[in-house]
Amino acid sequence: MFISLAIALPFIIAALIPLIYKHIRQWHLGWFVLAVPVALFMFFIRFIQPVATGKVFTSTYAWIPSFNINFVTYLDGLSLIFVLLITGVGSLVTLYSIFYLSEKESLHHFYCYLLLFMGAMLGVVLSDNLMVLYAFWELTSVSSFLLIAFWHHRKASRAGARKAMVITVLGGISMLAGFLMLAQMADSFSVREIAAMTLTNEALFIPAMLCILLGAFTKSAQFPFHIWLPDAMEAPTPVSAYLHSATMVKAGIYLVARLSPVFGGSAVWFWVITVIGLITLFWGSFNAVRQTDLKALLAYSTVSQLGLIMSLFGVGSMAYYFGYADEHLIYTQATFAALFHLINHSTFKGALFMMVGIVDHEVGTRDIRRLGGLMAMMPVTFTIAMAGSLSMAGLPPFNGFLSKEMFFSAMLTIKNVDVFALSSIGILLPVIAWVASVFTFIYSVILVTKTFFGKFKPERLDKRPHEAPFGMLISPLILSLSMLLIFFFPNVLAQYILSPAMRSMYHEAPIEKIVPHITPWHFNTELMMTVGVILIGLLLYKYLPKWRRVYQIFTRERSFNALYDASIQKAEQWSDHVTMRYMTGNLTHYFMYIYVCFVTLVSGYFIIAGTFSYDATINAPIANYEWIMVFVIIFAAFYILFAKQRMTAVLLNSVIGYVIAFLFVVFRAPDLALTQLVVESITTVLFLVCFRYLPDLQAGKKRSKRARKWHGLIAIATGATVTMIGLAVLNYDKFAPISSYFDDALNLAGGANIVNTILGDFRAFDTMLEVVVLFIAGLGVYTLTKLKPKKGAAKDENQ
Amino acid sequence: MKINDVILRTVTKAVIFIILTLGVYLFFAGHHSPGGGFIGGLVLASAIVLLYLANDIETVHKGLPFNFKKVAAIGVLLATGTAMVSIFFNRPFLTQVATYIELPLLGKTSFSSVTLFEAGVALTVVGTVVTIILSISEEE
Repeated sequence: MFISLAIALPFIIAALIPLIYKHIRQWHLGWFVLAVPVALFMFFIRFIQPVATGKVFTSTYAWIPSFNINFVTYLDGLSLIFVLLITGVGSLVTLYSIFYLSEKESLHHFYCYLLLFMGAMLGVVLSDNLMVLYAFWELTSVSSFLLIAFWHHRKASRAGARKAMVITVLGGISMLAGFLMLAQMADSFSVREIAAMTLTNEALFIPAMLCILLGAFTKSAQFPFHIWLPDAMEAPTPVSAYLHSATMVKAGIYLVARLSPVFGGSAVWFWVITVIGLITLFWGSFNAVRQTDLKALLAYSTVSQLGLIMSLFGVGSMAYYFGYADEHLIYTQATFAALFHLINHSTFKGALFMMVGIVDHEVGTRDIRRLGGLMAMMPVTFTIAMAGSLSMAGLPPFNGFLSKEMFFSAMLTIKNVDVFALSSIGILLPVIAWVASVFTFIYSVILVTKTFFGKFKPERLDKRPHEAPFGMLISPLILSLSMLLIFFFPNVLAQYILSPAMRSMYHEAPIEKIVPHITPWHFNTELMMTVGVILIGLLLYKYLPKWRRVYQIFTRERSFNALYDASIQKAEQWSDHVTMRYMTGNLTHYFMYIYVCFVTLVSGYFIIAGTFSYDATINAPIANYEWIMVFVIIFAAFYILFAKQRMTAVLLNSVIGYVIAFLFVVFRAPDLALTQLVVESITTVLFLVCFRYLPDLQAGKKRSKRARKWHGLIAIATGATVTMIGLAVLNYDKFAPISSYFDDALNLAGGANIVNTILGDFRAFDTMLEVVVLFIAGLGVYTLTKLKPKKGAAKDENQ
Repeated sequence: MKINDVILRTVTKAVIFIILTLGVYLFFAGHHSPGGGFIGGLVLASAIVLLYLANDIETVHKGLPFNFKKVAAIGVLLATGTAMVSIFFNRPFLTQVATYIELPLLGKTSFSSVTLFEAGVALTVVGTVVTIILSISEEE
């Protein structure tokens, strides 16, 4: 119960911000918003103890039970890790943003989007229902889009936002297809229920897996979809620290972890995840070295680290294949390392992003060609950078060292396995891992030395650098401290946070055996590998100018970025071309499209389904006055054809409408008659208002004979189709009749007016959506007629 | 849209209240007899349109200082919002409740949560219709 409220809280506050932000001008809006993640963090901390003892918390709210879609929350060890990251890092980032963003920015937008994201992300990791999870998943993409484009006057921001949106939503839709296949196989939307089943032999098993993985890979920036992440760095730095390193990009990893019990143990799952993860790890770290922008460097580093975590989950899935006998428990260690590194990565990458933000804020640039020698001027920032980089490079005494060593051991173990064709190429896995770690070491060194060591170049800077205000330093300092603490007391974390998560990954395994005792000080092959990384790394760093030329092979023209740009450009051209072909701006054409489609679909349906039948014998007798009304309608309709002026045509049209309303009265349908009367009046007014925009009625008569013949044909076909529908409904039996509503209206809906109970209760869903459509149509008319681009607007857009 | 027609304006003054009353009546009557949110909204909208026809836009705007786009937006929020409320009581989306309460003067009166939903529909209709007609007629 309270967990669902916890998900709702950020949304509620986000909805309140537009109302209250004007009244708290004297305070930075961030102080107000800060309370949300802090409160949520406090709230979720209380769950650590019960979850560590193996408890899970669920709650269910009926949403659309008729489709089996319910709002089910499920909090177990795995969710708890993410929840604590989202709220914990969220608190620190919000605190940091208070000092990062000045009050001149449109803060109410920023915090509204940030809270929207926070709620959506909590929803992703706490939902048990696949459809609800998907909805929250897409909401994180949308809020990420809004946050990247926060400085939307910049062209690069908008391009980056669009790229992130296109790629992640593409994956999201594929994931939806995968979810639907999964639900089809399992006959359930519940992740827990699906995980308990064996689906390996189903025909859709592999397609569903691949579709879902595409979603996870695009979200977690895996190769070759990683290209959106560096461009997303156009966002304000707090956003990069929060969404694009600590939380949102880990949603894909969460999904892989969550669905491991479903798909784990299959060779495809193992190979796809491990290989893509390792390629991403290598490619990210290799490209990070060439970057000159600090944030771009960190972006590629994030890509690389995400690949590392991903590949570990791939190796860990081997445990589902072998089962939980003592000699095979070793594979679960990879998963343990993945979860451990997930937390560690959030701490050191968060700190590093905040550090770069501070440099950018206080020095005015983040280009390493202009930076240097800042150590003396920014000692605290330097300390943070040092701690973060050491942890990132995997050196003691920081937490990154521990998880990096565990990563090496996982890769060393897997090379000896003899299934899934691993015996032949298994040796490659630890080699790639080691090479990528060398590059990781190099870019970590670059990050620190180019910024803080070397010669200070004041002539290249716009500002006089100085240490950041204390408020800005709090968050990265807390993160740095936690890196140290985790290194010295890793087993506390293992016992309370990691072991419950391991339990939710491997339900049947003996929990005490799959959680290792972490020893910070050890001596083994992994340590030797780390020493090798340092030595080779330092050597390569020294001779970096000599081998830098390698990067010239990978020009922008040969990258996936070029492919993305080209496909976007082609898609735009093509859709432009197609749209221009039929959107002629000519109303006559549009009416033709509408009527031709209508006639083809409806009469096509009647012909193919063979449902048209008409029996004149069951008709009621037609009274004389009914004949007269029908005759008036026919006469008015006929006369419209020969009207010389549009006014005459409009008035004749109203005659038809009012007589129809009268017919409704005769047939005892007062609701319909009322509606028809009012609609007719308002339409007439609308016609009169539009008059001066419509062309002369006589202009139509100048058309060619052939065009007029076609128009006549379409008109007659449309009329015939409508007549056919009218005649067919009498004997139509393909849909359930609604006459039962007559009996149930008072009982079920508590209303005696059947029309209204249908609108407001039985079919209220239709009504609700119609209301929304009506509103959108109104806004459409308003924007089309009122909001024209101002002069010079195009120039503003493209700064 | 400036029509200087004395007869129309005089008639409007009398008729407008009849139409408005009818609109409100239809809205509340909808649950048990002909009427409802959609028709009620349409009648109210037609009353406002009539006001605009008889007077000029500025005059009407002084008397009815609403931004009709916002009226429509509030309507949509109300309709979708009341639809969502039922989730929090662990009932399916869009569940409505109705009850009868004895009131001192009115006697046995029916209360129903669908009225709020209908109010959303009505507001959307009023807001959208007036927005459309105004934005087309105002254009330079």
